[in-house]
Amino acid sequence: MEGINAKYVSKKISKTRWRPVSSSSLQQPDIFATGSWDNEDNSISIWSIGENGVSIMDDEFEGDPQLVCEYKHNGDVLDLQFLDQDRIVTASSTGAVTIFQHHHNSQTLSVSQLWDRAHHYPCDNAPCTGVVCNSPEIVTVGEDGRIMLFRADQEGVLRTIEKADSSAIHAVTFLRTTEILTVNSIGQLKLWDFRQPGNEPSQILSLTGDRVPLHCVDRHPNQQHIVATGGQDGMLCIWDVRQGNMPFSLMEAHSAEMWEVHFHPSNPDHLFSCSEDGSLLHWETSSNSDTPSFLKGGRNTSIISRSAIAPAGGNQSLINAWLTGDSSKGHLETTHMLPSQMLSVNSLDVLGQCLVCGTDGEAIYVNRHVPI
Amino acid sequence: MEEVDVEPTTTPIPGFDSNQKHLGFVWGPGDILVYETIYKASGGSAGGCPFVHEVRKDEDIYSPILRKLFNESHHIFVGLQRIREDMPSKNKKPQFVSISKNYRSVIRACMEELQQVAVSTQDAALATQYGSQVSILLAVELIWNLCEVLFIDAAPAGSLVLHLLDWVRLHKADVDEKAREVLASESPAEHQAYWDVVISYVLQGRMDEARQVLVKQAALQPAARAMFKLLDNLLMKMPIFNPGETQTLTEFDVKWRHWREEVDRCLQDQSFASNPHLEDICKILVGDEDVLLEHKELLSTWYHFLVTRLLFSHPTVKPTELHYYAQSSMHMFLDTRSVPEPLDSILLAAFEFDIHQVIKDCSIALNNWWFVGHLTDLLDHCKLLQSHNLHFGSNLREFLLLEYASGLFTHHSLWQLAVDYFDHCPEFGRVYLELQIERVPLDTERKALKVIRICEQRQMTEQVRSICKIMAKKALRNNRLGSALSWSIRAKDAAFATLISERFLQDYCANGTFSDLDLIDNLGPAMLLSDRLTFLGKYREFHRLYGEKRFLDAAKLLLSLMTAKIAPRSFWMTLLTDALPLLEQIEVIFSADQTHELMFCLEELTSEKSVPNPDRPMQDEDIETTKIELLRLALARNLAMAIVKEGTVEV
Repeated sequence: MEGINAKYVSKKISKTRWRPVSSSSLQQPDIFATGSWDNEDNSISIWSIGENGVSIMDDEFEGDPQLVCEYKHNGDVLDLQFLDQDRIVTASSTGAVTIFQHHHNSQTLSVSQLWDRAHHYPCDNAPCTGVVCNSPEIVTVGEDGRIMLFRADQEGVLRTIEKADSSAIHAVTFLRTTEILTVNSIGQLKLWDFRQPGNEPSQILSLTGDRVPLHCVDRHPNQQHIVATGGQDGMLCIWDVRQGNMPFSLMEAHSAEMWEVHFHPSNPDHLFSCSEDGSLLHWETSSNSDTPSFLKGGRNTSIISRSAIAPAGGNQSLINAWLTGDSSKGHLETTHMLPSQMLSVNSLDVLGQCLVCGTDGEAIYVNRHVPI
Repeated sequence: MEEVDVEPTTTPIPGFDSNQKHLGFVWGPGDILVYETIYKASGGSAGGCPFVHEVRKDEDIYSPILRKLFNESHHIFVGLQRIREDMPSKNKKPQFVSISKNYRSVIRACMEELQQVAVSTQDAALATQYGSQVSILLAVELIWNLCEVLFIDAAPAGSLVLHLLDWVRLHKADVDEKAREVLASESPAEHQAYWDVVISYVLQGRMDEARQVLVKQAALQPAARAMFKLLDNLLMKMPIFNPGETQTLTEFDVKWRHWREEVDRCLQDQSFASNPHLEDICKILVGDEDVLLEHKELLSTWYHFLVTRLLFSHPTVKPTELHYYAQSSMHMFLDTRSVPEPLDSILLAAFEFDIHQVIKDCSIALNNWWFVGHLTDLLDHCKLLQSHNLHFGSNLREFLLLEYASGLFTHHSLWQLAVDYFDHCPEFGRVYLELQIERVPLDTERKALKVIRICEQRQMTEQVRSICKIMAKKALRNNRLGSALSWSIRAKDAAFATLISERFLQDYCANGTFSDLDLIDNLGPAMLLSDRLTFLGKYREFHRLYGEKRFLDAAKLLLSLMTAKIAPRSFWMTLLTDALPLLEQIEVIFSADQTHELMFCLEELTSEKSVPNPDRPMQDEDIETTKIELLRLALARNLAMAIVKEGTVEV
């Protein structure tokens, strides 16, 4: 929790994303984009933290994020992704999907492509709630229950899956290059394969018992069958999409809706989740090591883990640490990363050792020394 | 009606001529809606302007820089409320002081940012607006600082003067700038502002810095070295009360009087007669008010004059004596003709320890409740406000916080902050919140979820229900039955769930298939919310069982739907028609008892329809009778086969 300062930005932040760094360089990320919501004039902004190459002697006074450029956005920014180093895709509450281009030399933003009313009802606009990209393809989902597939630089729609869902789809993620996973407001995960024609999902998974709406989903970076979801009741569920239609483990994480969950892209033993109750949790699982992770600072919370089914057969060493479920066998630590008494943390992103998150208190928090 | 304290300001409405027409208006929570009526001032009526104007008093919440003030102070406010009540009060005071300092640093940060923007902006109108906001914030911080010194820190005699000195030094920063300029010049002692700097330092009680600067002059005049050494000595020996030491106030008083006598003796001896500047300094040290008043430009404010006067004449002043000196200082310093500014009367009220007057004057002078709300809340926590019953029943702190939070609620974004303020108003906060939260516009599901979460956390079930109903109706209008159902499940609204199930069933009757199978197949325990919903789920299960060719189970389910009265009467015909294929199977599916029950249901149904409906066309009647006849035939046949099958004994 040390070294994390608030930057107040006069707009409620709905999404924050680091600009991807090229995998060859070992640099820490220094640019991130934010989208605002619930404002009369919403905008997307690009921020920069510190200059690379300048050694900062005093670790406590990290560089404040500085605003690089800003652009007006129609409607709330409900999702934001970097398509590549220069382009950002946003999902708007008016149902539009926009691609913004960041011009490095003039440090400005401009709209490069716009699909207006990509998501719509017969008479109203339907908010577009999630966007995910695998350059140059872009997949969007919305409250109208549609899944749309676009290609950057191509005007029209590549494919539409109509009536994909009878309730609102809240989030989407790529499982493989041609498969996506969506979560909806009646608590179902649906797998879609773009190679199949037709409008039916190839698989539906859901919790038995209460149908709790799911708000976020993220795939394990290395093992494509492991997926984490978070929902309205703040429970973190880890699923194995190959096996059955029940989650592998359920953990009580937050006391209110969990808005985002992310595996760390290069160190997937770490997971981060943020919630409406104003907390950001850092989950760490260490299945083999004996050294207790409570040597790292921060507050620990006791978590209650309920494992569902034991993995069917298979080599014990191949089983991912997340799937052991039983917290006594593996080792699962959680730490709070933000000071208490905050308004909802709407979004987080983690890359390398840097974590950025945005809250409803109109503040951005950047932590450059996440213990990974 | 009570008298107004100040003349109200008039705001002209563009395009409106008050001589011609009457103006109509209606109050909103933070603004007024104004419109032109059709009534002319002198009788008769005529068409008019079609616009409705919104008049807002508080522009500040829409300023992006000032918004940071609201957010950061909200954070501090919530932290303050959570300080535990049971801690002993001597531990709490430093906490309150640090919270007060937090608030002030937030104000300062805002001020600096505004200042930067005011300087860099091209637009003249904006620059003046920023400039006025900066000066308001300066005044606000000045008042808050004084309140912190006098009320929260409540310094006793002795340290009181020291704290007041700090207060004055903080708000008179130009001395350091001037000093830097003078010292940076080639020959500091000959700089025109040199003596101003020295005297300013002395007036602020900064003796060490004064001595350092004086040394420059002393170096230039070796002949007068003795004189300079004498003054330097006097300055060095000036006693400063140190609250940490074991020295008591009386000891300090004695020491101080001793020193003052020494200075006085130097004056009488004419030791500084040759250098008028040094003589002035000596007279200041003695506390000569006329000399102090000669340096009005250096003092620039009457409260600086007050503090300097206290420092050199009454350093052991008690808090209760303060107001006397404050009043006299103000009268001496200001022109008797000029009207005191609002800031001056507020500060005077503070020196008189009249907290209520301070709050009242600030409320009038400022255009929103931010400052008075937070200050009153802090003072209330320090237990400094007597419970002052207002006509409206709640106490002063709660009244101000309610006003502030209501103003916030009108903002499209800052309403979330207001929720916490309402939470900490014990008497009326909840009622205000209940009324306001229902009026937050809900454009997206995400916002609705946040609002519902706020209501659920406070057990406002009525509001949850109404919000869910709004969202469900919206979804229903766009034919999103799944969304509508998930909203009614969240609200536990059985009536709405029934409505949605009816829609599903109507769709089925019209189309022959179910829409949204993924929803109905996976209802789970939510099915039990309403009878109609349960029926829908079970009916779909029947279709599934039929599709899987599990006819016996399907038949049992179908029968139970009718006999257990889960199915609505209107649907029985459809159910019986669904039973037809089962009856027509080669294998006997329905047992004799089951067939009897089916026949009973059919009879119940037909006995109700005995009266022919004259409105219905003849073809419908024909279809109905054909269906019934077919059913009767099938049932009879099935019964026969069932009786035979059951009666057969394997030999």
